[in-house]
Amino acid sequence: MTSSDPTPRPMSCPEMVELLTTYLDGALDDADRAAFDAHLALCPGCVRYLDQYRETIAATGTLAESDVDPGVLAALLRAFRDWRASRSGGAV
Amino acid sequence: MLAEGRAIDDSVLVERLRAGDEAAFRTLVEALDPVLRRVAHTYVPSDAVADEVVQETWLGVLNGIDRFEGRSSVRTWVFRILVNRAKTRGERERRTVPFASAFDASREPEVPAVDPGRFEAVDHPLVPVHWAAPPDAWRGSPEARLHAAETRAALTAAFEGLPPAQREVVLLRDVHGWTSVEVCNALDLSETNQRVLLHRGRTRLRQALEELHDEQ
Repeated sequence: MTSSDPTPRPMSCPEMVELLTTYLDGALDDADRAAFDAHLALCPGCVRYLDQYRETIAATGTLAESDVDPGVLAALLRAFRDWRASRSGGAV
Repeated sequence: MLAEGRAIDDSVLVERLRAGDEAAFRTLVEALDPVLRRVAHTYVPSDAVADEVVQETWLGVLNGIDRFEGRSSVRTWVFRILVNRAKTRGERERRTVPFASAFDASREPEVPAVDPGRFEAVDHPLVPVHWAAPPDAWRGSPEARLHAAETRAALTAAFEGLPPAQREVVLLRDVHGWTSVEVCNALDLSETNQRVLLHRGRTRLRQALEELHDEQ
């Protein structure tokens, strides 16, 4: 099927919900994309599921990673200074 | 979302590191160290070993910075160093899950991400199988939900409960906003594998939010 084909293939709801990340990554091929869009146009349940899936992704984006442990940072900065000293020593 | 590790341009960052700019190094450590530590845990059995692997990674970054060619982003390069060290270390420890199985989505049980019991066959030419009961609307406005403490609590608990490989992919893609290509390169995953892991993780997180709304 090409993207100009007027009749997309049937796509069931369980198939839809397994393709959401592929869809959001823009990685569906033309035929699947056409079938996906056609299904969305007539299925409020999948529209809602997709909205909730997107909302989940947005909410996940607000989960903050913890800060660097101060002891770890201090040790790494010491290692950095040692490395820098060894470089300038070697370069002279 | 902030793209950590790219607050300054990669080529500028690399030049500053090579010049011995401590502030540049500190910026990179602050952006990446907590994530490195988390991912290291996927490969090695203990906190102590994970800490050592991360320490070795940072030393590897410093010692390798002159050879960095800019073919990937800096953060992808840093993660590749981590993954290589962690794999070597994991094999030596012989107590860890082999890398290939930890991140191989095809070895996960082939169950659908969404419970098949939520669907039923229907007589429709374009939709042969449909929701038995479509998902309920979630209460409140999306904005209010996004900032609700209970949303964060439910999401955090579900996130921590994900299988490690799913959790790391969700962490990099959705918490930190990495691209698919970066994650594949950083963790040495195929695009398909990465997508399956991400989708399974996202589906479980969505389910956790749904259950939160069902409880109320």
